Amino acid sequence: MTAFKRIDKQSHIDRTKLISFQFDGKMTNGFAGDTLASALLANGKTLLGRSFKYHRPRGIIGAGIEEPNALFTTGIGGRTEPNTISTTAELKSGITAKSQNAWPSLNFDLMAVNQLLSPLFGAGFYYKTFMGPFKKSWMMYEPIIRKAAGLGAALPDLDTARYDMRYMFCDVLVIGSGPAGLAAAVTAARTGARVVLAEQDFEFGGSILSSGSEELERWRKTQIAELEKSSEVRLLKRTTAQGIYDDNLVVLNHTPESHSALMITEQLRARTIIMATGAIERPLVFANNDRPGVMLASALRTYLNRFSVAPKKRAVIVTNNDSAYATAFDLAEHDVAVTVAEHRSALSGDLLAKAAQLGIAIFPSCGISDVVGEKQMRAVRLSGRHAVTIECDVLGMSGGWSPAVHLTSHGGIKPKFDEKIAAFIPGGFAKSHFGAGAVKGTFGLLAAIREGEVAARAALPECKKIKELDLPAIREDRKYSIQPIWNAAEKANEKYAFVDFQNDVTVKDIRGAHQEGYLSVEHLKRYTTLGMGTDQGKTSNINALAMMADLRGLAMSQAGTTTFRPPYSPITVGAIAGRTVAAHFRPKRLSPLHDWHVNNGATFIEAGLWMRAWYYNWAGNTPEAAYIKEMELVRQNVGIADVSTLGKIDVQGPDAAEFLNRVYVNGFAKLPVGRARYGVMLNDDGVVLDDGTTSRINDTQFYMTTTTAQAGEVMSWLEYLLQMHWTDLDVHVTSLTDQWGGMAVSGPNSRRALQLAFPEIDITNEALPYLGVMDFKFEGVGVRVLRLSFSGELAYEVHCSADYTTALWEHILNAAAPLGIKPYGLEALASLRIEKGHVAGADLDHRNTLDDLGLGKMAGKDKAYIGKELRFREDCQAPERWSLVGIECMEDGAKLRGGAILFAATDEIKGHGRGYITSVTWSTELNKYIALALYNGGMKHEGKEIICAFPLKNENVKARIVSPHFIDKQGERLHA
Amino acid sequence: MRVPCPHCGERDVAEFRYGGDASKMRPTHDTGDLKQWHDYKFVFDNPKGPHLEYWQHVYGCRQWFKLNRNTATNEIIGGEK
Ligand SMILES: [Zn+2]
Repeated sequence: MTAFKRIDKQSHIDRTKLISFQFDGKMTNGFAGDTLASALLANGKTLLGRSFKYHRPRGIIGAGIEEPNALFTTGIGGRTEPNTISTTAELKSGITAKSQNAWPSLNFDLMAVNQLLSPLFGAGFYYKTFMGPFKKSWMMYEPIIRKAAGLGAALPDLDTARYDMRYMFCDVLVIGSGPAGLAAAVTAARTGARVVLAEQDFEFGGSILSSGSEELERWRKTQIAELEKSSEVRLLKRTTAQGIYDDNLVVLNHTPESHSALMITEQLRARTIIMATGAIERPLVFANNDRPGVMLASALRTYLNRFSVAPKKRAVIVTNNDSAYATAFDLAEHDVAVTVAEHRSALSGDLLAKAAQLGIAIFPSCGISDVVGEKQMRAVRLSGRHAVTIECDVLGMSGGWSPAVHLTSHGGIKPKFDEKIAAFIPGGFAKSHFGAGAVKGTFGLLAAIREGEVAARAALPECKKIKELDLPAIREDRKYSIQPIWNAAEKANEKYAFVDFQNDVTVKDIRGAHQEGYLSVEHLKRYTTLGMGTDQGKTSNINALAMMADLRGLAMSQAGTTTFRPPYSPITVGAIAGRTVAAHFRPKRLSPLHDWHVNNGATFIEAGLWMRAWYYNWAGNTPEAAYIKEMELVRQNVGIADVSTLGKIDVQGPDAAEFLNRVYVNGFAKLPVGRARYGVMLNDDGVVLDDGTTSRINDTQFYMTTTTAQAGEVMSWLEYLLQMHWTDLDVHVTSLTDQWGGMAVSGPNSRRALQLAFPEIDITNEALPYLGVMDFKFEGVGVRVLRLSFSGELAYEVHCSADYTTALWEHILNAAAPLGIKPYGLEALASLRIEKGHVAGADLDHRNTLDDLGLGKMAGKDKAYIGKELRFREDCQAPERWSLVGIECMEDGAKLRGGAILFAATDEIKGHGRGYITSVTWSTELNKYIALALYNGGMKHEGKEIICAFPLKNENVKARIVSPHFIDKQGERLHA
Repeated sequence: MRVPCPHCGERDVAEFRYGGDASKMRPTHDTGDLKQWHDYKFVFDNPKGPHLEYWQHVYGCRQWFKLNRNTATNEIIGGEK
């Protein structure tokens, strides 16, 4: 038994282009111009899915974006997309569509027992289970419910489709291409303005496509032809405006025709926006109004006029307003027997006359009492005085129209209720926003065109001089009339009268919410799950709100609506991500030496945005093996490491010394030329911001280095102070981080290595003592050598322009090859500094004070510096602060781990402990694991035994608190 | 949101960083007064409406400037250098 057939009628399908697709494994045919839904209807398929909670048979309800039920998992070539809205999905050859929510098959659904269990699944089941006293029960039920309910499932695999993102501008964005939108776009285009016309459908025209009118079709084509000729107009089909944000940023989801990308998300800045988003028809609410074959009246008209798909023999229309008669008349004119159940008692004469002429029977003052048939409706029983049963293929219902006000309220303007049309209309428009047509509650076609033109002229005040729009030669609009009917269900049947078709919310559920005190619109929604499906209640919200308002004895204007939020329709997650996935998720920063590392056996590790050489294969094939070899090289001979990622800032000007003296806690005013000094900066609040070494190049020029992690932050901070506060200081700061590269040459043989590399330069201990700085030219290139040590060994940093960094690096490696110099990576670099007790990014948690790090003595007593005052506030001076300590492992064969929680030896191992390990390494000098940690009370506890707990691995390791300076406490190596 | 940089003109907010409340005077550098710094650093109004704040054009000219922004609507009421 089939309810629909394809009829021989001119429409928007192209019968010369046959399209084959698969539905639940069966090959099926349609035509170009079909939607997936229209092709299925044309093939007589009406049972298309099972409902979310009760697994009731469901079919197609609408013909557009509002569709709550006919959702499929679709795919081409292996990739699948869940919850595809079949009523908007363009039919493409090779597409496979699978019904969702039915197991093992549509016709025989085991889960339909849910229908018998319906008291369990009623409204509030989820809410109470989750919120109630037995929270654990949710944990137990949840996986079962998700398997039984759930819409389509997303693939667990990586989405291999390509998505793109683009950023555009325009003068006027017109959203929607129905009569109002087309009129607005053409008017705007005639001014020469940059116009974007965005249409979610794959055809322009909106309601005109469903009208069946030749004259309107001619008008539509004329407008599109004019737009296509306008060079400043971008015509975007298959494009949904998902949200409007500050300053007219509109997010559009565009499905391109070519396969350059599956979807393009466009961030469009529109000077003005004209919303011509139309209206969505509301269902009526009565018993079994969810049976396959019960559809929106306007959808029947769309399937007939746009897709040549008509009910087989007989249709019943049930309505409370005039618009459904357009469907009744068009169906009757195509040999469908039509009966109308009319809720109103009186009807205007023109409709009565036309109905009589077409042989349409109208039953006044009645609605639908019940629908007969389960997997496909067979008949309806009328209610009221005419309690007859009428056999029919389909039932078209119209409860009136809800303007698609969603976008108008994204900026916070709440919709308002218009009694005349029994619907919410925009509460107003922001300054540069305009509306036209049905979205404003203007339901006439000519009126919509006129409003579109007016809106464009208002959006572009310069368009006075342009030609007026030609109107289509059609009859003047009829006056629209409606009598609101929110709930037409008989009391006994309320549990079969569906309000939300996607989430299975019935009249009874709304009554239940009211009884339990979930009265406000927002509570109603959360209690019943109304409007929380992928359709976001496009067909259900208003009926439900009205029912609740009625139960509470409120007017609709008092009840209000739920908040409309982007996105307007579901978006594939990939489309939001665009190209920013995997390696492109964030930018990658490369050292100027990166290629050398790649070509010389480095393994890399991400450090912030940087790719850093982690270890080199000369030393081993695992980091554990390699870094120990590399450490030994530095402690015993000489190694070279890339330190180009350090922040490097050039500080220049007559007041540069004064500036640095204010920024650092220690003195810089009297730093001699040619000398470097380790410095620490605080924030205003007295917490450590960063540390680094700054050297004086000449009287008015300093070279500052910062940690890799804080380089950007420090630069911004210095600029802020100079530009906004200390404008009297004559200082300029310039970042050299990317322009300069650097390398550390470390180890007892490092001086010999540099002497081999630069034989002309005197770098004896006298010429370049510890913390000395020297600039010279080598083969015409400026080289800066700083005698600094991060490792605790005799060491130098050699910096030069990024362009020459690789050449310089290779030169030093070659020149010092007889010594056995080799590169060492980040892991060894970090381990060496832990042994020396230098703090770094991992230990600095943006909560440490100078005293926490044992650096309090550095701060100048008699000078002002940033953070001085707040450093001494009570909290920062508290004795039990988590402060820096060293830790050494006391158990043979055991490991200390980063992040381990620290307890005193007598503590119960429970809770957050007294501190945690921030950095850890194997010490090649001490032959044991050592660590830096933050510990309650810090070095007060030196010598005490503690437990390092690592619950993830069930480890509790004994250790001892020791000085964080594990090696060379006197600093003899540094000064060698 | 679009932010008017006094140097480069109106640009997308993604090019900027927010720098906090600009309505208060920074205490003089060597005041030594804990109370003054405490109030400056920790005591803020949280107005719904106009709010004078610091912004920096980090991915542009790197200029810092003050901006009067409506915190409820993101409307830019005015800027000062
Ligand atoms: Zn700028």
